[in-house]
Amino acid sequence: MTVINVTTDVEALTLTLVAEFDASPSRVWQVWEDPRQLERWWGPPTYPSTFTRHDFVVDGESRYYMTGPSGDKPHGWWRVNAIDKPHRLDFDNGLADDDGEPVPGVLPMPSYVTFEPVGAGTRMTAVTTYVDVAQMEKMLAMGMKEGMAGAASQIDALLSA
Amino acid sequence: MVVYELSDLEVDRIFKALADSTRRDIVGRVMHEGLSVSTLAHDYDMSFAAVQKHVSVLERASLVTKQRYGREQIVLGNVPTLERASALLASYEQIWRQRAIQIADILGKEGSTS
Repeated sequence: MTVINVTTDVEALTLTLVAEFDASPSRVWQVWEDPRQLERWWGPPTYPSTFTRHDFVVDGESRYYMTGPSGDKPHGWWRVNAIDKPHRLDFDNGLADDDGEPVPGVLPMPSYVTFEPVGAGTRMTAVTTYVDVAQMEKMLAMGMKEGMAGAASQIDALLSA
Repeated sequence: MVVYELSDLEVDRIFKALADSTRRDIVGRVMHEGLSVSTLAHDYDMSFAAVQKHVSVLERASLVTKQRYGREQIVLGNVPTLERASALLASYEQIWRQRAIQIADILGKEGSTS
């Protein structure tokens, strides 16, 4: 069974996902390492992603775009800062121009992921830090309307951080 | 693509305003009923002026409004702004939730074919 918990820390401006999967850390690592598997989950169902580059090594970069329902193609990029297979991954995730290259002057969001064995499965923790709230909203423009539902129920969480 | 009614500047103001525990507490308390600045000041271990300053930060972020009743200033929560800020956070959380579901799907499908 997959257990998923997502929380936002308003004070630190971080989002933390904790998910437990019925697969080994090495197997879960593969969905990040293999671009063909990565593109099956990185984009939301309405905005599937395509990775045109994925240098999964320290200082390596990735380039991707998502294809929206109306044919729009927002682009993004990663830069890997640290890799400790299959335990931890640190990377920056930023916005790219239509040519796929990073938008100058726009800060990426630092992110890290840890993979811990739990029984026969894996607890994956992904932490994203918003450096700039306006940027967070721009990243959201990559096709996310689904999350708008249930906003009111989130207010308590927002205030009790 | 996504139509939010908040500008970048407004969003920054909202989150900066909410990045303080006293201010979050004030917003939570005035969401359902208006409270005077002096009532609020009475409940926090800080000066009237300090509480008033917090309220001003919240007011600039449109998280609360102030109304004058006689000599009292009543602070009221501005629910629509909070809802939009919450929706922004909820959208991001939803992206990651969806990602985890899709990963589980990939792992699960493989397990069932092996």
